[in-house]
Amino acid sequence: MRISPSFGLRTAVAAFVMLLTVPASLAQQPIKVGIVTLLSGPAAGPFGVPARNAAELTAETLNAGTVPAPYTQKGFGGTPIELVIIDEAGGPQKQVAEFRNLAPRVDIVIGYISSGDCLAIAPVAEELKKLTILFDCGTPRIFEDASYKYVFRTGPTGTMDNVSVALYLVERNPNVKSIAGINQNYAWGQDSWADFENSMKTLKPGIEVKTSQMPKLFAGQFGAEITTLLGSGAEVIHSSMWGGDLEGLVLQGAPRGLFEKHKVILSAGEPAINRLSTRIPDGTILGARGPFGPFAPDTELARWLKTNYQDRYQVPPNYASFKMAQAILAVKAAYEKAKGAGSAVPDQDRIIAALENLTFEGPGGAVKMSLGKGHQAIMDAAVGTTKVEGGQLKMVDVVRYPAEKVNPPDGVKSEAWIKSDLKK
Amino acid sequence: MKALAAAAVALALLIALALLAPQWLVFMAMLALAKGVVVLGLVVLMRTGLVSFGQGLYFGIGAYAAALLSHQWHIADAAVMLLAAAAAGGLIAALLGLLLARYRDIFFAMLSLALSMILYGLLVKSAALGSTDGFNLHARTFFGMAFASGMERRVFLIAGSACAVVAALMVHRLLGRHWGRLASAVRDNELRVSYLGASPYRVVYVNYLIAGALAGFGGALAALAVGHVDPETTYWTTSGEFVFIAILGGTQSIIAPFVAAAIFEALRTIASQYAPNVWQMSLGLAMLAIIMFQPAGLWSLAERWRRSA
Repeated sequence: MRISPSFGLRTAVAAFVMLLTVPASLAQQPIKVGIVTLLSGPAAGPFGVPARNAAELTAETLNAGTVPAPYTQKGFGGTPIELVIIDEAGGPQKQVAEFRNLAPRVDIVIGYISSGDCLAIAPVAEELKKLTILFDCGTPRIFEDASYKYVFRTGPTGTMDNVSVALYLVERNPNVKSIAGINQNYAWGQDSWADFENSMKTLKPGIEVKTSQMPKLFAGQFGAEITTLLGSGAEVIHSSMWGGDLEGLVLQGAPRGLFEKHKVILSAGEPAINRLSTRIPDGTILGARGPFGPFAPDTELARWLKTNYQDRYQVPPNYASFKMAQAILAVKAAYEKAKGAGSAVPDQDRIIAALENLTFEGPGGAVKMSLGKGHQAIMDAAVGTTKVEGGQLKMVDVVRYPAEKVNPPDGVKSEAWIKSDLKK
Repeated sequence: MKALAAAAVALALLIALALLAPQWLVFMAMLALAKGVVVLGLVVLMRTGLVSFGQGLYFGIGAYAAALLSHQWHIADAAVMLLAAAAAGGLIAALLGLLLARYRDIFFAMLSLALSMILYGLLVKSAALGSTDGFNLHARTFFGMAFASGMERRVFLIAGSACAVVAALMVHRLLGRHWGRLASAVRDNELRVSYLGASPYRVVYVNYLIAGALAGFGGALAALAVGHVDPETTYWTTSGEFVFIAILGGTQSIIAPFVAAAIFEALRTIASQYAPNVWQMSLGLAMLAIIMFQPAGLWSLAERWRRSA
């Protein structure tokens, strides 16, 4: 009998399709963790690549069993973990497609920096019943507008970033009368400014908003906006910029006296300090989206991440690195809690049950999964002021705000909470 | 008759796929089909010698029309969404076409690009629509019929396939007749068409309208598949993707856009999975190879094979 070439081809295609459809089960060794982070595009440098580096470092040290307590056990409960890394670039439509392809190949998905991607992925994760950990995206809408069983976010929302810098500002300048803003014209910039503006209006009723500049995302050049800000007469300037835009603002604004004439707040400025370093003028108020990077507590876990990361990549880990490590450790904590509760190889439902409302230790300190019915983390917030000492950028006057003070209680929307109950 | 038979076979295959394939493949097929429909419209436009770098405008209008129906007016019926999106796309195209049909070449391309970027700018500024984050949409019924979760997407794919096949058949009929030759004539020598007594303006206008309606339909189908809309749908890179697919397939056949869209989706997925760090470059190299070795698109391979057989 002769086998036609098209028959052979068809068999091969059929075999290939079958291979793709076989679901990975949790019982298989090792545990496969899908990591989705920006590997290309403007956000890859400040966030995506530091997060991927932290993921690789964490996975390797976990498998080697060299992470400090309480994470000394190898891998997840003794089972080694294996990463499957994919790029987050390309927009929500592409990401939903990639998630659908990734989900059957891995046991857990950890990822997503862009809030748009997080919003699009969450319902799909729910539909596919795949445990998915959002590690970085900021919008509180995810668990405020919907509730999920299979989706968690182990990093705090963007709400506390701007609430905490507003508190910090009012404590230091109780007589502040006017504010202005320069934020990128997209959801993150708009939300950050709205949170800051509303926080200031709650904390200092009657505060005057001089101007809100919204340059295009990745504009890079802010000559006109800086002129407007300099002429606005505002005492304080708020910016949630990041990446190249933030560097542009600092490098173009500092020589023109923007930082001398005004108190400048960079609510998400931490990832830029490794590149800008001493070029950030003294007295700038800086946030790190949580107790990360230079604001990390002096614990063994923080030292583990800082030392190993510095040794391996020759730069300190930034908040994106901290949040990625935190997400992986969250799953480990939940996995081992579920395992300790009796089952040798915990199934997904048990891991979910263990992760809900869990309090665990991350490299930035304690993390409480207390919002969104136990699916959304809150953490302490930290804010500091920059100061160049001996040719090095230092953070001085660092204040930690307890998590409950800078986050709304469960079931209350951030926007409403800022407007009514923030002051207390 | 041959076209009708091909359409029936295509529809049967798509229905079989919708009913039997695993969920991820159903999703990919929906996305490929949505893009294929948009590119079909682009091919109609290309017959007149015009390349639109702004089909994202209608793709986005379709997606947002569908999403707003569920978000603002709580109409979660997929059939209504798809029809409303096609109507919205056609309506806006009917308006903007009045202006755009006067322009040719680079001016047409740039103006279509500019209009899509205006919509992008408006969407980015609208905080109520989630700005760049966008928002979710949920379609639960089809013509009032509810389906089990998991089944609904298969039903949407069947409905989308039926519409796409009908649209492709109509376009095929249209281009095969007087109208299609008139379109090619506009591309080759517009002045002569005028002297013969036909209106090039009318040809371009109607083809633009068809392209707009098809892109609106495609946008809604993609939104139904993804379950989320965001301004990226109207961004110029999305429009560029449609032109990419059109070039990949070639403009000489109405099946080519769908085949090319499927190849594009598969290519992108494979590249993302196996080369996460260089997936964009992989796509770029594929594009380069097509332009260098198959300038008339992949469809020319099929044509050659058919002729030699």
